[in-house]
Amino acid sequence: MRTAQTTKVRARHTARTFIWLQGLAGLVGFALLLEIVPRSGIISPDYLPPFSTIMVALFKEIKTATFWTALSDTLQAWAIGLVISVVAGVVIGIAIGSSRVLRSLTHSTIEFLRPIPSVALIPLAVLLFGSQIQSTLVLVVYAAFWQVLIQVLYGVQDVDPVARETARSYGLNAFAQIRYVIWPTTLPYLMTGVRLAAAVALILAITSEVAIDTQGLGKEITDTESGGAVAIMYAYVIVAGIIGVIVNLGARALERRVLAWHPSVRLDAAEAGA
Amino acid sequence: MKNLLPPPRRVVIALALPVTLIAAWWMTSADSQSFYFPPLQTILRTFAKLWFSPQALTNIGPSLWRLSVGYLAAAFLGVAIGLPVGASRNLRNVLEPVLEFLRAIPPPVLVPVLILFVGLGNEMKALVIVFGCIWPVLLNTVAGVRALDEVLAETVRSYRIGRFARLWHFTLPGASPQIFTGLRQSLSIGIILMVVSEMFAARDGIGFVLVQYQRTFAIPEMWSGIIMLGIIGIVLSLLFRAFESWLLGWYHGLRQSQRAG
Amino acid sequence: MNRATPAMLEVQHLRKVYQDSSRTIEAIRDADFSVGQGELVCIVGPSGAGKTTLLKCIAGLLAPTSGAVVLEGQPVTGPPPSMAVVFQEYGRSLFPWMTVHGNVMLPLKQKKMSAERREELVRNALAAVDLKGVEGAYPWQLSGGMQQRVAIARAVAYEPHVLLMDEPFAAVDAQTRADLEDLIRVLWRRLRVTVLFVTHDIDESVYLGQRVLVMSHAPTVIMEDVPIDLPEDRTQLETRSMARFGELRKHIYSQIQLAKQGWRPPAS
Repeated sequence: MRTAQTTKVRARHTARTFIWLQGLAGLVGFALLLEIVPRSGIISPDYLPPFSTIMVALFKEIKTATFWTALSDTLQAWAIGLVISVVAGVVIGIAIGSSRVLRSLTHSTIEFLRPIPSVALIPLAVLLFGSQIQSTLVLVVYAAFWQVLIQVLYGVQDVDPVARETARSYGLNAFAQIRYVIWPTTLPYLMTGVRLAAAVALILAITSEVAIDTQGLGKEITDTESGGAVAIMYAYVIVAGIIGVIVNLGARALERRVLAWHPSVRLDAAEAGA
Repeated sequence: MKNLLPPPRRVVIALALPVTLIAAWWMTSADSQSFYFPPLQTILRTFAKLWFSPQALTNIGPSLWRLSVGYLAAAFLGVAIGLPVGASRNLRNVLEPVLEFLRAIPPPVLVPVLILFVGLGNEMKALVIVFGCIWPVLLNTVAGVRALDEVLAETVRSYRIGRFARLWHFTLPGASPQIFTGLRQSLSIGIILMVVSEMFAARDGIGFVLVQYQRTFAIPEMWSGIIMLGIIGIVLSLLFRAFESWLLGWYHGLRQSQRAG
Repeated sequence: MNRATPAMLEVQHLRKVYQDSSRTIEAIRDADFSVGQGELVCIVGPSGAGKTTLLKCIAGLLAPTSGAVVLEGQPVTGPPPSMAVVFQEYGRSLFPWMTVHGNVMLPLKQKKMSAERREELVRNALAAVDLKGVEGAYPWQLSGGMQQRVAIARAVAYEPHVLLMDEPFAAVDAQTRADLEDLIRVLWRRLRVTVLFVTHDIDESVYLGQRVLVMSHAPTVIMEDVPIDLPEDRTQLETRSMARFGELRKHIYSQIQLAKQGWRPPAS
């Protein structure tokens, strides 16, 4: 009996390992492509250095202080902006979502402000803060906040009205209601919001660095490009990509963990995007 | 719940907060001496002067044109590539890590990279939008094809529905809700890239104009530009939603009936 | 069975073995039977009896490991054009982005005929299943019973020679099921189509069928081919309260119980 079980589990492991290997093959193939194309001259190595050259540049760059400063600058702006967005989104979302009056009053304003591109604020941010981190935060927070807010509003609206009434009739105050009734339902939606916000926050953080020249990976990329250090530029591009992958995977894993307890919400999360 | 109110009352509620906020802005800024925050009245006057003139078209036109070309190309390519990848389990397994990596590269980074390849002209701006917008569409198309209903797939097989009919009547409509999710994400990215690429290197376009105003400290003009960009974002979003609800009306109806129980 | 007349459908020593990632599952060991033209044959068996697997092999959706399916003298290697399948999950077998009219029409577009003829077939099929005025509605706007009627209409419009039904009424409430069972008998007699009806409901199989094939559970074999000698005109109330109905039902039930205990008929 147990042997049959272990065989099945082992079989599933082999299947999953095979998928991992296939993915790895894809990555290796991509790297090979990146190696061969510049070397064969299809694309000039001045514009696209071979993969090996980029890797060498990357490993050299990792030993510099510039690299780590840039990396931490980007991550700092991203993290601070994300935290502000999440906290604001949760607080305002729960406050608005719990009241039908507030919801209907703010609905039009939210739908109006939400699609305004964060990049519209760039000139204002530059005037006020120049190339400091505050500029980045303005852009990041304005974009990421809405992602969190919308999801939290969905979550609060999804709360079972019967549970709400019961809590109220038992005399639970606002905080207790939030903790025992609203929060558990809202949490999976919040995780979806955090996932979307994390991705958007990274994009806007880099946007700020590229467009406004705030310190960070984006700035390194524009500097190296204009300075002609092409291999180093690509090295930073790859690092930015890796950071993006880690953020995406991490947020998705977090969301999945929480969603596993709330199966009914899964379809809505899938709708929020791959 | 909210639809029980008669229409006029709904309009009042919808406008209440926005009108209040705008009025508050107007009044608090009316006597403003601040350089960076001129009176709202001045901003609106400048707005009318700038954006209701024929000159406005030369500022907005090229931007929207580049965005449209880039976005539509990315949408088409994303779906065209995503369909076969989504249909083949092996292709998916091999390509997914690479695609996820490429997608994770923050799109603004592509601006300096593409400047390297194609310089500062129109091609760069359109290409940057293509390269930035293709990934969400592609990956969501793959996810959409993957999630096609098996019973429906077997029905299609049992009735011997041909390859093209299968694509048109089954695969595409079936994956379309997920594809639209990708298209929505891509639209936001496209707008960001449109503006950033123009701020970086352009001779026309709204991004360029905005940066010019900011650099020359033409503050009311800058504010009016911000409002304009905001309006563009809102209009594009409305257009997208209208298109989506037209195409996916069946899906919204289906989900509603599912949610009802 | 008169072996001289060529059967509409022949299942010849069908065997289906699955390769799971870790083990081999013999779903069907030996299914061997034939269905004559215009017959209504029911296949009944316990859950896990591989009924759906058998149906899918007959429909050409699954390839058998050994043995053959022969339809009108031709071996079945893929879904044949003269066969239509009605699945159990009606909600998932109808296209939610098409109206009822579009759903019923779609398979007809593969067949060469004039547009008027197609419209006529769709109209007649919807009338045959008693659906009026829903042509412009979407499937998810309809009740479960109506959706299954649409699926049946779609199969009928296709003008198949053989109609395969895979537990089509399992997910429907009892009253709707009774109505749909009667609908099947009416359609069958009017259209003179050959029907192979799979179900886990013994009562249903006896009520509907001219013959009932009793299946064991996996590894499946046909336990017995039971002729149903009930009158041709059947009604829910009268037929089901007949003594003969009870006898047949009991017989099939006991066969299935035997099967559950591992008994198999001796190999012929």
